[in-house]
Parts: sequence; C-alpha cells; structure tokens
Amino acid sequence: MAVRVQTTDFDVAQEIAALRESNPRVGAVVTFIGTVRDVNADAQVLQMTLEHYPGMTEKALDAIVVQARQRFDIYDALVIHRVGELRPTDQIVLVAVTGAHRGAAFDACRFIIDYLKTEAPFWKKEQTPEGARWVDARTTDDEAVARWKTDTTT
Amino acid sequence: MNDTAIRHTLTVNVVYLARLREAFGSAGEPLQLATATATVNDVLTALASRGGAFATELAAGRAVRVAVNHTLVSREARVQQGDEVALLPPVTGG
Repeated sequence: MAVRVQTTDFDVAQEIAALRESNPRVGAVVTFIGTVRDVNADAQVLQMTLEHYPGMTEKALDAIVVQARQRFDIYDALVIHRVGELRPTDQIVLVAVTGAHRGAAFDACRFIIDYLKTEAPFWKKEQTPEGARWVDARTTDDEAVARWKTDTTT
Repeated sequence: MNDTAIRHTLTVNVVYLARLREAFGSAGEPLQLATATATVNDVLTALASRGGAFATELAAGRAVRVAVNHTLVSREARVQQGDEVALLPPVTGG
C-alpha cells in the first residue's frame, strides 16, 4: 500500500509491474487515470496549477486506502497524485488496485477515486484566456461519494 | 501562583489554503483568542469579526471545512494551545 504526491509524471506500466511484483495470487488489476482536459465549464484551459496541503494530503489519502482495504477484498492499492503546473493531456492522478477477482478491484478503485475527489486536500486553479480561476467543486462528486455511504451491499 | 498552570488566552496557528489564501492575502498567522478554552467555531467567529474578506468568506453557509492538526473536524471540535487550524475551500483534486 502506498500513496505518493509528486510534481513529476508517472509511468503506469512501471507502477503496475511494481504493484503486482512477486504476488502470483493477483488475478485482477484495475486502474483509474485522471488527465487534464483542454476545456472546463465552457472555457479553454491553457494550463492548470494543482495545490495541496502538505502533511494533511498524505494522511487523507492513507485513510482512504485503509478504508478501501477494510471494505473490499483486495490485495493492494496505490495512489499517485501530481501537484504543480500541468497542461492539457497531462496525467494528474493514478489509482491502481490489485485483487484476486475483478469485482472487488473495480469497486475499490472507484471507491478510492470517489473519496479522493471529496476528502483529499487538492485544489485546481485554471489559466484560461480570460484569466486565472479556482475550479468549483462539483455536486456530482458529492453524489458519487454519497452512494458509498448508503450502499450496504458491499 | 504559577501562571503557566492557569491560561487565560489560547493561541492557534491558522492556515489559509488555495482560494482563501488569495482572498485573505495571507498563507496563515498565529491567532490569539481571549479565552482559556475554544472550539473551531470560536476561531471562525473571531476571524469573521474582522470584516472584509474574512466576513464574506466565513459567512454562515459558506462551504469552508476545517482541519485541526491535519484531520477534518466539526465546528464543535475543541482546539488546544498550538494547534494548526487549517481553513479549506471545497476540494477539487483527482
């Protein structure tokens, strides 16, 4: 289990290889990769700055991964989140989960990214042709995480 | 009387993040409260009473969350001498 916050890019293949390394029980690997779009809320995005709260970020991500491991039958999970200056098409975040079977791995991956979006202290500031602006939180993110709080089937 | 045993004020280190840092023109500051015990709510009330951007951003109903020593807490949570009290606008990572 690991969480990392970094300015540099990550290599998905390399990260998955490290996560699966010498564990022949793994039968499923699920990944989510978030990337920078060139448009948001009807404006062109030229560049984005990702800010976080050092000290709290790692703690918040750790807590989310611990919860996922308690709730779902998975082997391991990795979260990498980039900060600093990013441009359209850049990778922002990686969530990778290994398990024996796909069901739990898919659920855990979605659980982690849904909680990350509402609990982890990251903020995006976009540069648009009209100037810089802080990105607004989405109510759809709150709805996504609320689903896990009412869903008692898993 | 040992004046370290009875404290009449409380100082916390307030941290302003992202949009709030820009709105307040500061990354944070020590904040002294004139009470021996205090809650998160007391910290927010003291800051909002300054008026200006503090009053606007910390008005009732504004979506500001608070972390004490790097853990999200409720408005009723107690703060202790030397605590780091961070004010977080709604998060937008991922």
